[in-house]
Amino acid sequence: MNDLDAENRLRFEQLVLPHIDAAFNLARWLLRSREDAEDASQEAFLRACRFFHGFHGGDARAWLLQIVRNTCYSWLEKNRPRELVVEFDEELHLQPVATPESIAIADEGREHLNRALESVPPRFREVLVLRELEGCSYKEIAAITSIPIGTVMSSLSRARRQLHSALANSSQKEAVREV
Amino acid sequence: MRCDFADSILHGYFDGELSDAGAAEFERHLQHCVQCAVELVDLDLLSGRLQVAQIYEVAPAPFRKKIRANLRPAAPTPAPASPLSRRWLAAAALLLVAFVVWRVIPRFHGEEDYQVRFASGIVDAHLRSLLPGQITNVSSNNPQTVRAWFEGKVKFAFPVGDFADYGFSLRGGRVDVVQGRTVAALVYANREHLLNVFVWPTGEQDASPREGSRQGYQWIDWRKGNTEFCAVSDARASDLQQLQRLFMK
Repeated sequence: MNDLDAENRLRFEQLVLPHIDAAFNLARWLLRSREDAEDASQEAFLRACRFFHGFHGGDARAWLLQIVRNTCYSWLEKNRPRELVVEFDEELHLQPVATPESIAIADEGREHLNRALESVPPRFREVLVLRELEGCSYKEIAAITSIPIGTVMSSLSRARRQLHSALANSSQKEAVREV
Repeated sequence: MRCDFADSILHGYFDGELSDAGAAEFERHLQHCVQCAVELVDLDLLSGRLQVAQIYEVAPAPFRKKIRANLRPAAPTPAPASPLSRRWLAAAALLLVAFVVWRVIPRFHGEEDYQVRFASGIVDAHLRSLLPGQITNVSSNNPQTVRAWFEGKVKFAFPVGDFADYGFSLRGGRVDVVQGRTVAALVYANREHLLNVFVWPTGEQDASPREGSRQGYQWIDWRKGNTEFCAVSDARASDLQQLQRLFMK
């Protein structure tokens, strides 16, 4: 990450570094794993540094998140290509990824929501994360995901419906288990 | 039959992304479409659930350190050297390491910790203010009323403006405590977003805006004339930048 001269390094620290949480959060939700998110966002920061001279002001968060997103997708293509082709499939996706971390989370409601969100396919999961967690405008979402701005609304609508049905579905299953 | 709007315009309306005319038109539709009215409540519930669950994942501290450390310039690779100058180089390297340990590292971590603490303090204060009944102690869109209210409550003076013409209407103000410091908070509304502008005196020199985001909230901080300002909201970063420029006028 040492391609920057002193002046650009300072600019990078002021403009790009404050968005480290946004970068990590998007990667975590796209890759469904904290460890993989660390690797991918580190790679994204490397790239951001290398191409920083090509960034001429504007929305630094959107610029960084675009790089994070592209890095995550190429990571998925390399390591878990199946995730990119499957459509929303409740049976496949609702199986919890059991990690010590997920077991340790005591809060059932939150765990529920985690699993439901992770079951939404990545192309829709990302618009949900950008809108609901990151608070991005439609214009920013379009810039980050390279989908036309006119499509953001319908993508969000589909994504929300999928999350809604995933939530309804999993609470139904819980109820069955309790009986 | 499912209403076509429920899968399209409804979301734009909910997200505050429609033009004024578009929103007004949709509101007329809402008056006689029960399905959209129900969906709107569902959307709000879903969105609320995501907020309350706090599933936003912040970057772990070791990871932040790693990214910052990578930014530091690498030491230049030494040219092949004679045995004598190599010894000198070793001594110089030792000195350099000592200097870095002594001066640079503490400052680096200090600055990073400050940034993290600052952002979390500001965002916490913003979230606290959104609890019912907490947002204002004085509710007025009249800058003079708000300014007069602050006199005697805080020991510093600062400009109060209403920027309703630019989309930021003054709602009022309150006295708040952020990280043990008494601050004035001015409250503005921009479309469906509430913005807090925290104001407190500082001994530091003027500084151009620094920005960041945390848990989906944007903040922008600047210093002018011994006063520090920090605006925070879930509005767009560009909206906060506009408000900052209005303040500086």
